[in-house]
Amino acid sequence: MSAPGFTLVVVAAVLYSSGFYLLLQRSLMRVVFGILVLGHAANVSLMLTDRAITLPPLLTEHEGPLSDPLPQAMALTAIVITFGVTTFLLALAYRVWLGDENDEVPADLEDRRIGRLAEPEDSA
Amino acid sequence: MNALLAIPFVVPLLGAALALLLRRHRRVQAGVAVATLAVVVADTALLLAATADGTVLTSQAGDWEAPLGITIVADPLAALLLAVSSVVLLVVQLYAIGQDIGGLSRAMPQVFHPIYLVLTAGVCLSFLAGDLFNLFVGFEIMLTASYALITQAPTRARVRASMIYTVVSLTSSILFLTGIALVYGLTGTVNLADIAVKLGSAPAELRMVLALLFLVVFGIKSAIVPMHFWLPDSYPVAITRISAIFAALLTKVAVYAIIRSQTLLFGRDDISTVLLCVAIATMLVGIFGALVQDDINRLMSFALVSHIGFMIFGLGVNSVAALAGVVIYLVHHIVVQANLFLVNGLIRQYVGHSSLRSMRGLTTVSPVLALYFFLPAMSLAGIPPLSGFVAKVALFQAGVGTGGWLVYTALAAGVVTSLLTLMAIFRVWARGFWGTPMPDMVEARERLKRGSHLGGLKFMAVMTGVMVVFGVAIAVCAGPLSEVAFTAAHGLMNGSAYIEAVLGSDTR
Repeated sequence: MSAPGFTLVVVAAVLYSSGFYLLLQRSLMRVVFGILVLGHAANVSLMLTDRAITLPPLLTEHEGPLSDPLPQAMALTAIVITFGVTTFLLALAYRVWLGDENDEVPADLEDRRIGRLAEPEDSA
Repeated sequence: MNALLAIPFVVPLLGAALALLLRRHRRVQAGVAVATLAVVVADTALLLAATADGTVLTSQAGDWEAPLGITIVADPLAALLLAVSSVVLLVVQLYAIGQDIGGLSRAMPQVFHPIYLVLTAGVCLSFLAGDLFNLFVGFEIMLTASYALITQAPTRARVRASMIYTVVSLTSSILFLTGIALVYGLTGTVNLADIAVKLGSAPAELRMVLALLFLVVFGIKSAIVPMHFWLPDSYPVAITRISAIFAALLTKVAVYAIIRSQTLLFGRDDISTVLLCVAIATMLVGIFGALVQDDINRLMSFALVSHIGFMIFGLGVNSVAALAGVVIYLVHHIVVQANLFLVNGLIRQYVGHSSLRSMRGLTTVSPVLALYFFLPAMSLAGIPPLSGFVAKVALFQAGVGTGGWLVYTALAAGVVTSLLTLMAIFRVWARGFWGTPMPDMVEARERLKRGSHLGGLKFMAVMTGVMVVFGVAIAVCAGPLSEVAFTAAHGLMNGSAYIEAVLGSDTR
């Protein structure tokens, strides 16, 4: 694998892991950032095929082999979609904050209740 | 370009634009919305008629040759699901219009109609997509519309629930995109038929990884256990007509995508053990969740999760008979789920809430409502002669025909789930429908009867009745339906007809 390809693999790996880490946080702002980072990770992985990045782009006057435009087109579509939905998510997070004065994902009360039911048996 | 294939997603998008422009003229807007969906219903009926014998219709956008351009494909499975979905979409829309006429909802109709039409376009495009990226785009159109719909009439609970829903759906979309990137890296194409051919020469381990990745992607969207947590938290919170269409269609589109990807793309690889284990877990976890719920909508959402398991079971058995069973089950389940949620909406109108704790004697308050609940609920549990029975018999027969201990375990889980579904429904029936009605429920009914809402309410009830009749009609038409289902299943098991229709016969 060529150097740019390898670099992209490392970048994608870091982006995916940090994205999922942020996604699992309780603060909604961090969750939104997690989605944003994951979106980048997916776009980088679309660029992972060597043909897509090491050769000159389609638009030049260049003669000879050109880079594959399809992953670029798909990444572009994906960027637009992630961008739009992230804006929506930000608006939602703001609404949650307006309503509750905090932006944490609430604890599952039903789950806590069932957890308490199980406790006496554990201690006995 | 075959116009029949383009109408189901182009016309609703145009209709949505027109409806948005007409937002100040409520009646005209509602008329445009209904007319748009009526066109879609007529068109999908024609599509079904054209493909019922196993023909695969294709259309290349802009006349670009097959693996390069955008391909739209309608095979019997897609056409059947499209036809059923569009009828359900139309009925739910009329129900919503009834609710708006009566002034019974806090949702804004001028916003509702355009988004609803966009959702329709997304659903149709997902069914018809002939390449992986268009499937992604179809899903995104559908989901983006659903993000907006779930926050209609926003309350604190709804905003929180929609946050969870949006984040979970987006995560699966991003994984979907990753899957597309990997498939493209491996095969150099996104056309489904072309991938199916080229994956044949790919290493088996890589194919298996991709098969499982796509199972996770569509598994999140179709809420199979263990990726179901988001559904019972988000669907019941939305206003009822929207949960009805979500429960009926959104998860089923994802099940369709699972079927399509696992048969056409990864048919060579055997992941039936995984599918059967997931199916057992989905059936049991879902129905045990349903048994302890006090809110009817939450209960139905858990039942929805549970019954997705039956379809995954059929896919795991992996024979023509089993796939035909899955197709019948899909059709049955789309109608029955929509129906139950519409009834829940009516109950909410009468009682003002959907909690079983403070509900009693609905049979006395409205006998018709009791009948409307009873028929689809019995169908869901699989009581003969309703459609659920037909679908379950088809699946179970296929399972017995295949055999093997895991299949028999799954069959046992299926039977237990059916019985437990019956039990969950009896809980609703015993607590909500029997007994002397609570005084405030009788008062509420009298208020409704005197008020100006009556016309709208009656219209909603009529539409629910239409849906009930549609559900019963599925059982009556079980013969022709199973013929189409078997044709569709043959097409799924043997992908060559699909591949030839898309790529042309000389390319193989």
